[in-house]
Amino acid sequence: MTGGHFRQISFTVNGRERTFQIDIRKSLAEVLREDLGLTGLKQGCGVGECGACSVMVDDVLVDSCIYLALWVDGKQIRTVEGEAREGKPSKVQQAYVDEGAVQCGFCTPGFIMATTSFVEKCKGKDVSPEDIRKAHAGNLCRCTGYQNIFTAIEKSIESD
Amino acid sequence: MFDISSHKKAGSVKEAISLLTENPDAKLIAGGTDVLIKLREGKKQFSHLVDIHGLKELNFIKKDGDNTIVIGSSTVFSQVIESDIINTHIPMLADAAQSVGGPQIRNIATIGGNICNGVTSADSASPLFALNAILSVQGSEGARDIPIADFYLGPGKVDLKHTDVLTAIKVSPENYDHAFGCYYKYAMRNAMDIATIGCAVNLKIKNGRLQDYRIAFGVAGPVPMRCPRAENMARGQALSSRLIEDISQAVTKEVTPRTSWRASREFRLNIITELAKRATIKALKRAGEELS
Amino acid sequence: MAVGKSVNRVDAMAKVTGRARYTEDFYHPDMLVAKYFRSSIAHGRVTAINVKKAENLDGVHAVFTYKDVPENKFPTAGHPLALTEDHKDAADRLLLTRDVRFMGDEIAIVAAENELVANEALKLIEVSYDEYQPLILPEDILEENARQIHEGSSNIVGEHTYTFGNDVDQAFEKADHVLEGSFRTAMVQHCHIENHISHAYMDDLDKIIIVSSTQIPHIARRIVGEVLNIPLSRIRVIKPFVGGGFGNKQDVILEPMVAFLTLKLNGRAVQINLSREECIIGTRTRHPFYIDVKTGVMNDGTIVARHMDAISITGAYASHGHSVAAAGGSKQSSLYPRAATSFHARTLYANTPVAGAMRAYGSPQIIYALECATEDAARKIGMDSVEFRLKNVARQGDMNLLSGKEILSCGLADCLIKGRDFIGWDEKKKEYEKFKTGPVRKGLGLACLSYASGTYPVCVEIAGARIALNQDGTVHVMVGATEIGQGSDTVVAQMVAQTLSFPYENVLVVQAQDTDVTPFDTGAYASRQAYVVSNAVFRAATDLREKILDHAAAMTDTDVAGLDIVDGNIVDTRKNAQVMDMKTLAIDSFYHKERGCQLTAEASFKATTNAPVFGCTFVDITVDIPLCKIKINRMISVHDSGVIINPVQSGGQIHGGAFMGIGAALSEELLINPKTGYIYNNNLLDYKFPTFTDVPPIHHDFVETFEPTSAYGNKALGETPVISPPPAIRNAVLDATGLCINSLPLSPHTLFTAFKDHGLIDEKGGDNV
Repeated sequence: MTGGHFRQISFTVNGRERTFQIDIRKSLAEVLREDLGLTGLKQGCGVGECGACSVMVDDVLVDSCIYLALWVDGKQIRTVEGEAREGKPSKVQQAYVDEGAVQCGFCTPGFIMATTSFVEKCKGKDVSPEDIRKAHAGNLCRCTGYQNIFTAIEKSIESD
Repeated sequence: MFDISSHKKAGSVKEAISLLTENPDAKLIAGGTDVLIKLREGKKQFSHLVDIHGLKELNFIKKDGDNTIVIGSSTVFSQVIESDIINTHIPMLADAAQSVGGPQIRNIATIGGNICNGVTSADSASPLFALNAILSVQGSEGARDIPIADFYLGPGKVDLKHTDVLTAIKVSPENYDHAFGCYYKYAMRNAMDIATIGCAVNLKIKNGRLQDYRIAFGVAGPVPMRCPRAENMARGQALSSRLIEDISQAVTKEVTPRTSWRASREFRLNIITELAKRATIKALKRAGEELS
Repeated sequence: MAVGKSVNRVDAMAKVTGRARYTEDFYHPDMLVAKYFRSSIAHGRVTAINVKKAENLDGVHAVFTYKDVPENKFPTAGHPLALTEDHKDAADRLLLTRDVRFMGDEIAIVAAENELVANEALKLIEVSYDEYQPLILPEDILEENARQIHEGSSNIVGEHTYTFGNDVDQAFEKADHVLEGSFRTAMVQHCHIENHISHAYMDDLDKIIIVSSTQIPHIARRIVGEVLNIPLSRIRVIKPFVGGGFGNKQDVILEPMVAFLTLKLNGRAVQINLSREECIIGTRTRHPFYIDVKTGVMNDGTIVARHMDAISITGAYASHGHSVAAAGGSKQSSLYPRAATSFHARTLYANTPVAGAMRAYGSPQIIYALECATEDAARKIGMDSVEFRLKNVARQGDMNLLSGKEILSCGLADCLIKGRDFIGWDEKKKEYEKFKTGPVRKGLGLACLSYASGTYPVCVEIAGARIALNQDGTVHVMVGATEIGQGSDTVVAQMVAQTLSFPYENVLVVQAQDTDVTPFDTGAYASRQAYVVSNAVFRAATDLREKILDHAAAMTDTDVAGLDIVDGNIVDTRKNAQVMDMKTLAIDSFYHKERGCQLTAEASFKATTNAPVFGCTFVDITVDIPLCKIKINRMISVHDSGVIINPVQSGGQIHGGAFMGIGAALSEELLINPKTGYIYNNNLLDYKFPTFTDVPPIHHDFVETFEPTSAYGNKALGETPVISPPPAIRNAVLDATGLCINSLPLSPHTLFTAFKDHGLIDEKGGDNV
C-alpha cells in the first residue's frame, strides 16, 4: 500500500465527528467496518444487489459497498449502531423485534436503515402496501419471505 | 477495495475537462453504480478516475425560458421521481426512474450515467428517445448538442470523446406539451432487475386521432431505438383496438432483438408486441382515452 | 407457560442493533486473505501450473497448488460419522485438485496481505489443461464410453430401489387407470445472505482455532482432523452468529483449507471470505432431478400403485451424494402409505457445480413430481383434487411400511380442510370457470407434503444440553443444537423455561457454539433440532429442577414433596405460599459453607424415533398469457408440526420456506451452458430470487397434534414449508390453462414455450382466445 492512496477526510458518524486517514480505494462499507469497527452493516454481494450494507449519508439511503469512502468527506453518516440510544432501541428496531421480523439477522441492519429512512420520509403521508414493498425492494432477505418485515414496517409507521 | 490507481476530484465541469485532458487513461465517475462494479470485476481501464460525484453544477431539474426542460446529468433517479416538473410534464420519465434497481441505487445512480454507459437496457433511454431529447456535451473542443438518437453508436459505445462530459438532457416543449407518455418495463422481477424489454410510448391526440405517435424500445436491438415506420403508420389514424393491434405488428418489422442467455429472440418479440399494446393503452389512459 | 407463546427471539435485540457478531465481524487487520485459483474449464486435467510470478508479487505470502496438499481424499457432507462402510459418504475430494471437474474447481490458493493483492496474484498464475468434453446431461454422463469424472465410479455415486405394500406390478394391472408423467426440477441455490466465510489461527503451537459460518461445528472439527491428520482435540471450531445456511453450510467447505493455511503459515490468521459469485458456483446447489412417475388409480379415487424412477445430478463431487435422492424418496411412504409403491433412484456425477444439502433435502424434487402426478390422477378420474387427497393421504395410525413404524400423529386431513376453507375452494372453482379462455386465466391448485423430524435410523440422532443456575437466580443453557437463524436457541429457552417453571427472560442461552465448550450435537439439518434436542433439554431441565428443589428442601428443612417452582420462585404447595426467590436459593447454593454446590445438570440424548410431519399448500393464481407471467393472488400453507412452540417464529419459518418455494416455482434457476458448463447467472441480479415486490402475502395456519416421541409434543418445521408451493403452483397453472407444464421453474421462458407449443400464443404474438 503506497502513501499516495491515503487521504484525510472528516465526517460525522452517528453524531460523532471523526477525522481519518483513509485509503481512497476503500468503499464506505470497508472504512466503516475495518477502520471504525462499525460492523453492524453486512456485505452480501459487494455490488449493490442485496442492500445488507445500507447506511444513510446525509439522510439518503445508500449501499455502502458501492460508495467510495472519500465521498463522505464533510457529510453525516448514520449506521445501525446509532439507532439505539440510551439503552433503548429505536421504534423501528423495536417493531422488528416484536413482529418476529428477524431470523438469521444478516440482512436486518440494512433493513433497519431502509425502514428508518422510509419512515422519516413518509412522515405525515399516506402509505400504501405497494409503497412499503417498493421502498424495501433494494434489500434482499432469504429467511422471512418478507412477511413479518412487512408487518414490522407497518407498525413502525403507525408508532411514528 | 477497488483497484484505483489515481483519483482526482473535479470541482467543476471545466476542471473535469482539464483533468481528463491531462490523463488520457482517466474515466469519469459520477454515481459510481457502473464504474465501481467494473472496478470490482478487475477492469483496469477504470483505475484512473476523474470524480464528478455530487457536482452541484450538474445536479438540477429546471425549465428554461422557452419552457425546455433541462435535467442536469448528475441528477439521480430519486430526484427525477420526486420532481414536480417531471411528474407534471413527462411522467413517463418518472415511470422509468421508478423502475431502476431499488431505492439505494436510485439514490445514487445518475440519469447521465444511465445514458453514457451506452447499454440498450437503460431504463431512461427509451423515454428520452420518445421525447427526442437533446444531450448537451462539453469538452476540450467546446460545447455541442446531440440528439439522443445520434448519441448511441453501438453497444456500450456513445458519441463522447475522451474529454467530453455530458452536462444536461433537454426536452423541448413541442415534445411534451399536450403529449401523454408511458414507460412499460418487462423484467423477470418487479424490482432489482434489468429490462428484458423496455417500451416507451409518447403520443398526442386530437379529435380522436393520433396527432403524434412515438414508440421506443430498449433491448429490442443493440441500442435503444424508435420504430419510425410504425409511428408513421399510426400518425393521423383514428383510435381503435385495430390500430393498436396494427402498431403491435408493425413494430416487430423494425426491431432486431437477439437471443442471449437471458431471453430468446422469439420471446423478446412476443413481449415487444404485447408491450407495444399495453404501453399505448396506458398512455391513452393518461390522455383520458379509454378504448372499448 | 413458555411453550406455545410467541416470545421474542433471544437474539433479536442483538441483531436489530447491529451488535450481533458474525464471522466477518471478527476481522482483524493482521489477518491474511486467501483466494482460490479456480479452473476456467469444466472438465480436464492440469498439465502444467506456474505460480512463480504470483509468489513474487509484493504482499503475497504463499501460493499453494494441488501439489502441496495432503493426498487423502475426504468426504465433505455434514453427516455424523458412520460406523458401517455402507453408510459412509463418498470420499472424493482433495483440498486442491489437479483433475478439473467443474468450471470453478479449486486448483490453487493464494494467501496475501489483502484482497486486491490476492486477486492480482491470481491473474499471474499460469495454467494449461488437457481439456475433456464436459458431461452435463444424463444421456451424456451415462453414455457407455463417457469419461469417468471420478475414476472407477462409472459416473454413478449411488443407486437404490425399494418397494412397500402390495405387489406393485399386480396393483398396476388391477388399476382402472395408469398414468405416466416425466418431471424435471432445476438447479437452484441457497443464497443465504451471508456468504461462506471462515478464518483460522493458532493460539498455541499445536492448536488450531477455526471461526466459521457453519451449521455443523462438531462435524467440521472431525473432518478437518481427518483431512489434516490432526487429533480432534487440537482443533476448535467456533460458530458465531450465522447469516443463514439452508443446508449449504451443512457441508465442510472452507474449514479444512483455512486450517491447512494457518498450519503452513506459522499460525497466522488466514481468512477465506467467498464472494457472492464464488459462493453460488463454488459451494453447493440443489440437485436437479429427472423423475418419471407412474400412478395406478381406481375409478373410486383410490391410488393403488405408484412407481417412481429418479435421476439426481450431484455435479462434480458427491458431497451429500445419493443420500439426497434416498431421503427424498423415502418421504412418499408417509404421505401415501397405502399405495403399493416402488422406487428407483440413481445419483450421477456431472461437470457442474456441486450439489449438496438444501432445505428439505430431496423432498422438494420428489414431492413435486409426486404431487403433480397425484393431481393428474385426480383429473383423470374427474374427482375433486381435495377430495382425492383426503381419500389417499396418511391418517394417524397408518403404518409407514418403509420404516415399519406407526404414524403416531397426523393432522394432514385437517390441514387440507383448513386450507380448502381459507382459499374458498368451492366458490372460487365456480367463479374461475369463466376464466379458462382468453388472455387472463385463473386457477386454483394444491399440493401436500410429508417430511421427517431427523435422520434416524439412517444416522445417529444425538443432542446435548447443559444448564447451570447462576448466582442471580437465572440459568445459562448450553446446547450443541446450532442456531443459524432458524430460532433454535429461542425454542430451547422456551423449553427450559417450561420445564423449570422459570420466566422466559431468566433463561439465557449461550449464543455461540464452541466445540471446546458446548455439548456434542451434530448440528442444524434435517429439521431435527427442536425435535431431537427436546428430549435432551427436558432431561437436563428436569434434573436441574430436582436439584433446585432438593436444595430448597435442605435450606428450609422441609420435605421436598411439598415444594415446587412457580414462575421462578420456590413455593410451598401445601401452604400455597412463596418460600424464597431463586436468587436467594442460588446464593445459598454457591456460598453456604457446608451445603449445596453449583447447581448444574447435563444430558446427552439419542433419539431412536423420527416423527413424520405433514402439510399442504393452496394457491390461487392468475396467468397473464401474453406476458407469460403468473401472479399469485392468495396462498396458504397449513402444517402439522405437532405442538407449535412459538407461533410467530413458526409462522416466520413457513413464510420463508414458502417464499423459497415460490422462487423455485417461478423464477429461480442456475443457468448452465450445456456445452461448456459455464454458469451464466452467479450473482443476485441474474439469479432471480424474489424481492420484496415479488412475493404475495403468504398465509399460514397449523393443525396442532401432539407427537408423543417428543418431550414437548413438537415435530419438524424448519424445512417443510419449501416443499409444497411449487407443485401447488404447477397444479394451479394446469387448472387455469389446461396445460401440464412439468418442469421447474415456471418462468416466463418456460411458459412462453408451453403456450406457443399449445397454441395459446401464435407466431405473431397474438393470443388465441
